[in-house]
Amino acid sequence: MGRYLIRRALFMVLVIMIVSFLTFMIFVKLPAGDPARRAVGRTTTPEQIENARLAFGLDKPLYVQYWRFLKGFIPYPGLWLDEDVYFSYGSFEPVKNELGRRIPITGILAIGAAVIWLAIGIPIGILSGVRRRSVADRAAMIFAIVGVSMPIFWLAQLLLYAFWFKLQILPSSGIPIGYVGWGGAVRAALEGRFILPWVSLAYINAAFYARMVRGNLIETMNEDYIRTARAKGLSERRVIYKHGLRGALTPVVTMLGLDVGLLLGGAFITETVFGLPGIGQLAVQSIGTNDFPTVMGVTVLGAFIIAIANLVVDVAYAFVDPRVRYT
Amino acid sequence: MAQPLLEVKDLKVHFQTDDGLVKAVDGVSYSLQAGETLGIVGESGSGKSVSSLTVMGLITPKQANITGEVFFQGQDLLKVPKDEMRTIRGEKISMIFQDPMTSLHPFYKVGYQISEAILEHQDISKKEAFDQAVEMLARVNIPHPRDRASQYPHEFSGGMRQRAMIAMALSLNPDVLIADEPTTALDVTVQAQILDLIDRLKSEFNAAVIIITHDLGVVAEHCDNIMVMYAGKAAEYGNTDDIYYKPLHPYTWGLLSSIPRLDEEKKERLNPIRGLPPSLIQVPPGCAFHPRCPYKFDPCDRDVPELLPVDGHHAAACHLSLADKEKIRDEEVLVRR
Repeated sequence: MGRYLIRRALFMVLVIMIVSFLTFMIFVKLPAGDPARRAVGRTTTPEQIENARLAFGLDKPLYVQYWRFLKGFIPYPGLWLDEDVYFSYGSFEPVKNELGRRIPITGILAIGAAVIWLAIGIPIGILSGVRRRSVADRAAMIFAIVGVSMPIFWLAQLLLYAFWFKLQILPSSGIPIGYVGWGGAVRAALEGRFILPWVSLAYINAAFYARMVRGNLIETMNEDYIRTARAKGLSERRVIYKHGLRGALTPVVTMLGLDVGLLLGGAFITETVFGLPGIGQLAVQSIGTNDFPTVMGVTVLGAFIIAIANLVVDVAYAFVDPRVRYT
Repeated sequence: MAQPLLEVKDLKVHFQTDDGLVKAVDGVSYSLQAGETLGIVGESGSGKSVSSLTVMGLITPKQANITGEVFFQGQDLLKVPKDEMRTIRGEKISMIFQDPMTSLHPFYKVGYQISEAILEHQDISKKEAFDQAVEMLARVNIPHPRDRASQYPHEFSGGMRQRAMIAMALSLNPDVLIADEPTTALDVTVQAQILDLIDRLKSEFNAAVIIITHDLGVVAEHCDNIMVMYAGKAAEYGNTDDIYYKPLHPYTWGLLSSIPRLDEEKKERLNPIRGLPPSLIQVPPGCAFHPRCPYKFDPCDRDVPELLPVDGHHAAACHLSLADKEKIRDEEVLVRR
């Protein structure tokens, strides 16, 4: 297990290097405008631009520039997202601070949505799988098809239109100024400001999960070991919920880890539609303004979270499936 | 003769599928006395598994059209309510399956899976049930049964898994044990061990056993009676000596002649039955075996032969006259062996 974790950690370092290198190359070699000019604003003198160029190290060779950014990913005080390098061209403050403000928003959004979609998707999937071809199953699968097919930005707009604009029973969008950090995010959640974003994300995913659980359950119920369980004289309830579900829900662990990891890296569309100042919105904004240090920070943070999520999933699998061993 | 323990009368199991009606079992009758072993022999798709799954109540009227009668201890199992059937299944009639690799749940410990069966039928504590499971593992010759009970199926070899399955099936001391191709997935050396084990436990537990197999060699040593099935029907029924030394059905002859012999020089090629088993949706008219039968004559493609007793309870479903059959058997079939 120890050796396995070390190997995975080394692999993670490699992933982060590749992701950061690609991001760096895209932004430095294929720039959509001069970062130095971008940083100093519209009305400037050539000296100011030149100063900015020196300050950002844009005059240095490529590998030196890349190393400046790469150093920022070493988790060591003074190096970790170094404020001189990871300094936003857009907001003129350290990227660290910006990320710190936004992580709680994205975190609450992702976790809350995941709880809701599990609570909806898994029971629906089980019901559908157990009562295959019943009216309930057909209804559930229509629910799922709609969810799988509907683009999230469209669903989000519909929900906003219905519950905020027409019915006026839910707050619209955004997080008011002054709702700072985790406390602020939780307060916004308690005020219902996350309900529509949660429901949008949850519906789309619940649809996927319901279909997956249904399919897995139907497949598992055809296994020989289910016949054995029936041959023992167990009740059908026990056969389904003890023997069938155990096999059918195992892949959910994998899916959930990866999906939540992906969302924690930023729910780009949902955050943008609902005006939630999370990581995803920051990514979209910083790419739009060519704010390279922020883009770099957000991208690598995303890569890091997804790599961690993968690791958590793989380790968790050993607890769910006794056949899995790590060496 | 005493009242049979299990008596199946004219059992038919027909599945409605998109391609047509599959007559998996089409009028099968047999009886089983306590302490007796019945072998059901046939090719894949001859209905041998389906008939016993139906006896177990594992094929339900929801899935198939089931007619006929299955008498067990005086009641017709096909008419027993579902919940009551559950108390019979596992406790009074139990079953082991072909593939021990996939028949145990991969996520639960072996001891747990056995004790689960015990707990379902007996009002005892989990600890007691687990101890019984350990004892059962010991009785099927699994070394270090207590340690093994806490292991998962993937830590067992194929033969050990089948032993564990047998332990599970016998843990409630059933009256009937149905073994559905218990050795097909195992090494030849392990096959013999498993069959000997079933034999030994049969007498220890005083159970009746049904062994389903496609291998006549398997049933020869271990069965009292044999039913040869073809296309959902019984082709021949008799005691083991009848089937081996006085076979009366061309299909049985074919099965016996196709067993390779090691004690003779290899002077000829294997002697297979020509052709393929029929589709169960379009069973040939008349005798289902007639397209493959070298002795077919006038009525074979028209009339379905009845399973007629010839002497005692030895019976064969074939239009040939007894004299013809005995002649062909003695002059063509037995000499080849």
